[in-house]
Amino acid sequence: MSGAMGFLLWVKGPMFNIALAIFAIGLIARLVEIFLLGRAPNYAEPRAGEWGPGLRTMLSRTIADPGTFKRAPFNVVVGWVWHIGFLIALLLFIPHIELFKGVLGLYWPGLPNPVVDLVTAVTLITLLATLVHRLWHPVKRRISTTEDYLVWTIVFMVVLTGYLAYHRLVEPYPLALGMHILSAELMLIMLPFTKLTHIFTAFIARWYNGAAFGRKGVQS
Amino acid sequence: MANLKTPDKTLGEGLREIGLSRRGFLKFCAATASMMALPPNLVPAIAAALEQARRPSVIWLSFQECTGCTESLTRSHSPSVENLILDLVSLDYHHTLQAAAGEAAEEARLQAMEANRGQYLVIVDGSIPGPDANPGYSTVAGHSNYDILMETVEHAAAVIAVGTCAAFGGLPQAKPNPTGAMSVMDLVHDKPVINVSGCPPIPMVITGVLAHYLTFGRLPELDAYRRPMAFYGQSIHDRCYRRPFYDKGLFAESFDDAGAKLGWCLYRLGCKGPTTYNACATMRWNSGTSWPVESGHPCLGCSEPGFWDDAGFYEPVSVPIGVTSKTLIEGAAVGAVAGAGIAALARKAKKEAVANRQPVTIDELEQKL
Repeated sequence: MSGAMGFLLWVKGPMFNIALAIFAIGLIARLVEIFLLGRAPNYAEPRAGEWGPGLRTMLSRTIADPGTFKRAPFNVVVGWVWHIGFLIALLLFIPHIELFKGVLGLYWPGLPNPVVDLVTAVTLITLLATLVHRLWHPVKRRISTTEDYLVWTIVFMVVLTGYLAYHRLVEPYPLALGMHILSAELMLIMLPFTKLTHIFTAFIARWYNGAAFGRKGVQS
Repeated sequence: MANLKTPDKTLGEGLREIGLSRRGFLKFCAATASMMALPPNLVPAIAAALEQARRPSVIWLSFQECTGCTESLTRSHSPSVENLILDLVSLDYHHTLQAAAGEAAEEARLQAMEANRGQYLVIVDGSIPGPDANPGYSTVAGHSNYDILMETVEHAAAVIAVGTCAAFGGLPQAKPNPTGAMSVMDLVHDKPVINVSGCPPIPMVITGVLAHYLTFGRLPELDAYRRPMAFYGQSIHDRCYRRPFYDKGLFAESFDDAGAKLGWCLYRLGCKGPTTYNACATMRWNSGTSWPVESGHPCLGCSEPGFWDDAGFYEPVSVPIGVTSKTLIEGAAVGAVAGAGIAALARKAKKEAVANRQPVTIDELEQKL
């Protein structure tokens, strides 16, 4: 069997398994390494607890401080919009919830499709804006690496192919859906080995920061 | 055995003989035109062409199949224009429908092939154990399906694969494919092959393809899977009357919940409508009475290749095939070991660095510089 349906069955079957295995191995290997290496022992007497400030900082650092917002309002607003949009499309689109239910057994209520559709369109536009800004802003352009562009491309492809598949803008549909699933699989494979790992490490890093400040009795 | 040469009588004469009025005939032509998405101004051309058409000789080969395709065709509401058209095709060989048996039946096939060399149509239902498979899995009159197919199509004008088994391998080809089943298009490469997939296909689609052939003398426009675009050009999902519920995000969660009773979308119950191309949603079944989704059951995707191996009938389209949390857990276990190993190596390197540390004083550094 060949053609679009053969491609779809391949990405839904063997390829999904491969991507999931690489993702699980890579992500856990990196997290275990980070946890086992730990931090240098601090022999100073703690001035306050670690856990409270650590957990608080996990949340407080999510919102940019006024100084950062003043210096880079575009980064803050557009960054927020597309991250939230991506999460809504990923976690609250009903076919995606069915996928989580099928693989993890966990499920939750979703949003009506037109809402997810609108959010996806906004996400696509803001993602494009981030690329334009990255290319246009002299400092951003200088500090951007190949990995940054690679990560942007895969995230954009996942959202774009999803949008094309939902609106059935690519015929036949099994090809459109297959391309979307394959993009998501490539993202899963890349996730542990690129800066996409921040999906899991960002909050851990914030906890470390907050805990370190807390121990010293400093506000963070 | 009667003379199996294509009769001299035209289709128009034949239809008049069995009492079909001119009005009835034109209605049929109009229905055919709209069914095949042809413009209405082609109706007179279709009528003229069908009037003059000669009944083609048709040889119907049944291989690894369940006779469901024949049942579908013969159970079309009777008397219907489909039946009339079928009566007027010279069906010279068909296991289920022919009166002859044994040697006489096989003789009828050979005679029809000889008399209509290069002009007869071959309809195949059922898949074929391939040339490398054990031929004993399916034989007719002591000959393997493969040999019969190859012998029969050699001088055919065209081959129509009816049903998903003939078109794509279907159920016999489902994993692990014990009989080495193959589709007609896998085996026949030098003749036009048209696929009329479905398990079974809609009767009007079978007759529609024949009508098109009689009208234009060639096979209709085909999609990437060699299916007529007129019937397989749009997906079930795009023509489904429950589509507005999908767009609104209203889904039946089980077969007897409030959503199911209100006729909401069956996506979450495993409907394969989004990936399935067929005419069920528009032509329906049992003379337009209903169709699976209307009766409350998700589409199984029966007209698509590999539909038996595509997850489960009740798994939504977005759910991967044969993937469970086991993959994640096993991957995580391997990852944990790998991560622990990397961390241990890093610690060892760090310890060695501390042990072999050679302190340097500022004086020494200044001397070196």
